[in-house]
Amino acid sequence: MREISLHLLDIAENSVAAQSEAISIEVHEDLLNERLTARIVDDGRGMDAQTALQVQDPFYTMRTTRKVGLGIPLLKLAAEMADGSFSLESEPGKGTRVEAVFRHSHIDRMPLGDLSSTFLTALIAHPEIHWIFVYRATDIFGNSRDFVFDDAELKAELGGVSLTEPEVLTFVRSMLEEGIAALALQPEMN
Amino acid sequence: MPAIKSLEELKHIRDVALQKKQMKATAGNVQVIVAMGTCGIAAGARDTMRSVLNFIETEKVSGVTVTQTGCIGLCEQEPIVQILLGDQPRVVYGKVNAKVAEKIMKQHVQNGQPVKENIIQM
Repeated sequence: MREISLHLLDIAENSVAAQSEAISIEVHEDLLNERLTARIVDDGRGMDAQTALQVQDPFYTMRTTRKVGLGIPLLKLAAEMADGSFSLESEPGKGTRVEAVFRHSHIDRMPLGDLSSTFLTALIAHPEIHWIFVYRATDIFGNSRDFVFDDAELKAELGGVSLTEPEVLTFVRSMLEEGIAALALQPEMN
Repeated sequence: MPAIKSLEELKHIRDVALQKKQMKATAGNVQVIVAMGTCGIAAGARDTMRSVLNFIETEKVSGVTVTQTGCIGLCEQEPIVQILLGDQPRVVYGKVNAKVAEKIMKQHVQNGQPVKENIIQM
């Protein structure tokens, strides 16, 4: 994976496989505290404490926990390589919360990448899921701005019309792209 | 979320889409399935998906269902795309980068001619 955004798409697929109804993907770029935090929270079937530990081990998960695979260990490694941290909290029947923190300016931190493409892909690929996307940007002075996309209103308004009808697609794509681009921070200076 | 103006816009878009759907009701059902396991995503499935969506947008192709599947055990062939066109048998494509995806959309989805060189024989 070359982008944090691609990892998020991959981890979100785990949440879908865990029979979630609602999934939120949150990204916070914080230049004041020099952190980039990415978080996925779902209300899926969750895991017991032992499984939650095992899915972080690539050699264990590859062989047995097919629903998770390599995705989690790869994200964990990416965060740890960038002076960050990784946490996975899960409760059976309640859901799972995956969080990866990176040092924003670390030379080994992957680029965030194309976040709007990740959001759009998740939204289109799983129309049955209630998606919530949050992108927060905090500048070096500590001023924060948020982009929040909750698909409930959109889907209620569309009724049965598919998200892949060309006009609808244009609407949703530009909403995501423009919403995220509007918050763009100054180019990173390491 | 943007203000109410956008919501008005969305209502209009929905109505236009509904009208078109009714007009096209006789056309066969088309399903584009992009594999999005860890292997697919690492191999570029998101770009493949974007290419499919871009084609739908720019060529204004109505009535296409775009969906995803997990890893189907052919990781070395990723990104994998499957096409279901009406009642024809499923066609599985391998190594579908953005360019190949566009070709599949144009040649297969729009004109019913499979892109032979990328088909995986199952």
